[in-house]
Amino acid sequence: MKEHELRALIDKVKDGKLTRRSFVNRMLALGLTAPIASQMLDFCGVARADTKFNYKPTKRGGGGALRILWWQGPTLLNPHFATGTKDQDGSRIFYEPLAGWDSDGNLVPALAAEIPSRENGSLAADGKSVIWKLKKGVKWHDGKPFTADDVVFTWEFSADPATATVTSGTYKDVKVEKIDDFTVRVLFDKPTPFWADAFVGTAGQIIPKHLFVDYKGAKSREAPTNLKPVGTGAYKFVDFKPGDMIRAEANPDYHVPNQPYFDTLELKGGGDAVSAARAVLQTGEYDYAWNMQVEDAILKRLETGGKGVINVVPGGNIEHIQLNTTDPWTEVDGERSSLKTKHPTLSDPAVRQALMLLVDRKSVEEHIYGRTGVATANFLNNPERFRSKITKFEFNIAKANELLDKAGWKRGADGIREKDGKKLKFVYQTSINAPRQKNQAIVKQAAQQAGIDMELKSVVASVFFSSDVANPDTYPKFYADIQMYTTTMSQPDPDRFMNQFCSWEAATKENKWQGRNPSRIRNEEYDKLYRDSQGELDPVKRAAMFVRMNEIVVGEKDGVIIPVVYRPRANAQAKTLRADISGWDNDTWAIARWYRET
Amino acid sequence: MPYYILRRLLIAIPSLLGISVVLFTVLALAPGDPFEELATNPAVPPEVRMALRAKFGLDDPIMVRYVRWISAMAQGDWGYSFVSRINVDDLILQRVGVTLFVIGSSQILALLIAIPVGVIAATRPYSLFDQIANTLAFVGFSLPTFFTGLLFILIFSIWLDWLPFVYQADIQATGWRWYWEHIRQAIMPIAVLGLFQGASLVRYVRSAVLDVIRLDYVTTARAKGLGERVVIVKHVVRNALIPVVTLIALQMPAIFGGAIVTEQIFRIPGIGSLLISSILANDTPVIMAVTFVFACLVVLFNLIADILYGWLDPRITFR
Repeated sequence: MKEHELRALIDKVKDGKLTRRSFVNRMLALGLTAPIASQMLDFCGVARADTKFNYKPTKRGGGGALRILWWQGPTLLNPHFATGTKDQDGSRIFYEPLAGWDSDGNLVPALAAEIPSRENGSLAADGKSVIWKLKKGVKWHDGKPFTADDVVFTWEFSADPATATVTSGTYKDVKVEKIDDFTVRVLFDKPTPFWADAFVGTAGQIIPKHLFVDYKGAKSREAPTNLKPVGTGAYKFVDFKPGDMIRAEANPDYHVPNQPYFDTLELKGGGDAVSAARAVLQTGEYDYAWNMQVEDAILKRLETGGKGVINVVPGGNIEHIQLNTTDPWTEVDGERSSLKTKHPTLSDPAVRQALMLLVDRKSVEEHIYGRTGVATANFLNNPERFRSKITKFEFNIAKANELLDKAGWKRGADGIREKDGKKLKFVYQTSINAPRQKNQAIVKQAAQQAGIDMELKSVVASVFFSSDVANPDTYPKFYADIQMYTTTMSQPDPDRFMNQFCSWEAATKENKWQGRNPSRIRNEEYDKLYRDSQGELDPVKRAAMFVRMNEIVVGEKDGVIIPVVYRPRANAQAKTLRADISGWDNDTWAIARWYRET
Repeated sequence: MPYYILRRLLIAIPSLLGISVVLFTVLALAPGDPFEELATNPAVPPEVRMALRAKFGLDDPIMVRYVRWISAMAQGDWGYSFVSRINVDDLILQRVGVTLFVIGSSQILALLIAIPVGVIAATRPYSLFDQIANTLAFVGFSLPTFFTGLLFILIFSIWLDWLPFVYQADIQATGWRWYWEHIRQAIMPIAVLGLFQGASLVRYVRSAVLDVIRLDYVTTARAKGLGERVVIVKHVVRNALIPVVTLIALQMPAIFGGAIVTEQIFRIPGIGSLLISSILANDTPVIMAVTFVFACLVVLFNLIADILYGWLDPRITFR
């Protein structure tokens, strides 16, 4: 998809020939995030979709207790120290950012009075600053007023290297200044197309200056507020037991009228996903359960309990297969998969193309993931024919055989193809996780029919995903030919997501395998596009660049990535509960608006 | 007696030290990283992970870390959790009460079942009662607790919808309702653990009583005209209980082990579920502390068993 095609589509939206939502869906199919898609529309002057929420209650409170289940309980309640989404979700009950992302990728103001835009003059034309106007009259739970000082302080707190916050990636390269009590300016040192990162969404939760000011830097761990959050959110803190439970009550001074609906909130942690699903779907003991990583067949059976339903929210997680571009079996200067080597067989484009044809995504979707993994051959040239293409192109053993024959890979006596004495034998690794092992088996079977032998290897997840430099089985080391895992695109902007294919990110011994590019793909065009995209202020041009980058990594010529399925987020909720869940933000991002239909 | 206890406690110190060395080394050698979730999150720069590792001293050699841990421990500092950033002793104190309540009640339930059933079965060997008791006992201890736990949930929570299967440490109710709610939610986990434990104890009680009941002094007691009840309770059971006490004490660690699984199934916020979640999160200080607490409990219960011997059998003296 070229830039002008994108523009044509945007024009269609402008003229009302294409709905905003279907435009966003097409961009998702291209591997772009919904926030980027809606940013393009905004930039081109398409009127912002009026994000109206269907919130029926007409007064605050009166809804009784809201009981929700996180099978991994939050262990701390400071969003800037959150080690996982569970902690961010827990913190988000109390803290709010300036704005959050809805499921269509629109920015929805929380503590901001309005969303910055070119029209209201708060986005600088040079892309180097953005002005946020803050909502007035907001109070912290302890009664102190919320002002610009808190926003500036949140930046200082998080950007301080001594504090070692997990959100420092968002804040370390920006500067924040106070204009007046209710206006702040975020300054970037270079033109930044994606300005809605600091103070927005998961990493943007604002913390109160008056309670954290004495606990900046090395002393941050001692802040009592880490465990007793004082935020601006719809629910006020009552009690917290790490990993077990959070109790909260309605905030009578919440800054949005008629919210929240529930009088108390209880988040219970622990246990496992299946029994969490039971507690919502079968017994109705709980109203909502997070992250249903359960086989769809089981979920469907539990749903017949009739108390609740499974809600699938599109997000950006992609289960994908990586092909190694370097040789994992030769050691050079003390490291395998060294950049100085080339993979003996996978370096042949015909082999890679054949493998791409041998992944039966449809079976993977139908027999393994169900609703929780949607087959994707995404990154197509033409979204107009997206639906029909997906099924056609996917899986073709005959064509794979033909390709390999043509490229000179002859079957040997054992049925395995070889050329110049090199056999098509691969080690295919992934983490231990029932669906992944089934997925491996499906691919192996197809490969066998094409004369490719695969040795399946599965590594315990805690090893595979660790950054343990001494362990040879981690995914950044990639001491195998093929590997598979899910990469998370929770970040609304693909900038950081896409740097995992830049040549300078290649995981090597030199950077202690901290590089984010395990397949070690090195492509000049990709690198150049990525560099250009970082300074490109026109979101449409930038989107076109990202689309092209996607094409390179999954493409027939240089591609080393085989996308398998999208992993939308699945959660269980009671039939009567109305919860607004977005795939681009925390599950609890709109908890103030949750209510029960009576 | 106090001298004996003191000596036993002193002997326990080197064994606890040995245990701590083994635990620490195994944990340090085990793969994994408490900040693993950060590693896969593209939004978190690797420097943050490095800084956290350095801050928590994870990059130091094992020896240095062990010495640091043991010297802090000696001063009563249990360290702090990497994932919740609070002191480990606070975390454990929050949880230990629930575990002791569940394990204690299940143990009482087990004894309440095992002693009467075992004694009656032994006084009437090969009667119908004995055979039924034996069969049920076999069934009881052949079924692992994770299986009976799930079975109970299926039957009582899902089919019959009588009992909740999510345990809440702090019930939001007062008065009688509070007690009622507590009992309702505790029935299943306590029954799962207690029945398992009781089933295996029944057989031990039965054989211990059978051993004693044939001895001459029992015949003497009967011959001098004591009632059957007095003979059994005062003369037989008291002597028969000695091996049973050993067994209960020595099984305590196994019960804690079984409780880990049960706690996970019923979401009981005890130290067992804390241990599991810490292992999953690679939260070394917490794993270390919880396993160490378990080790201490084992040593402690052994001591208690030895002291109870003396009380049950005055012929045993402590030196």
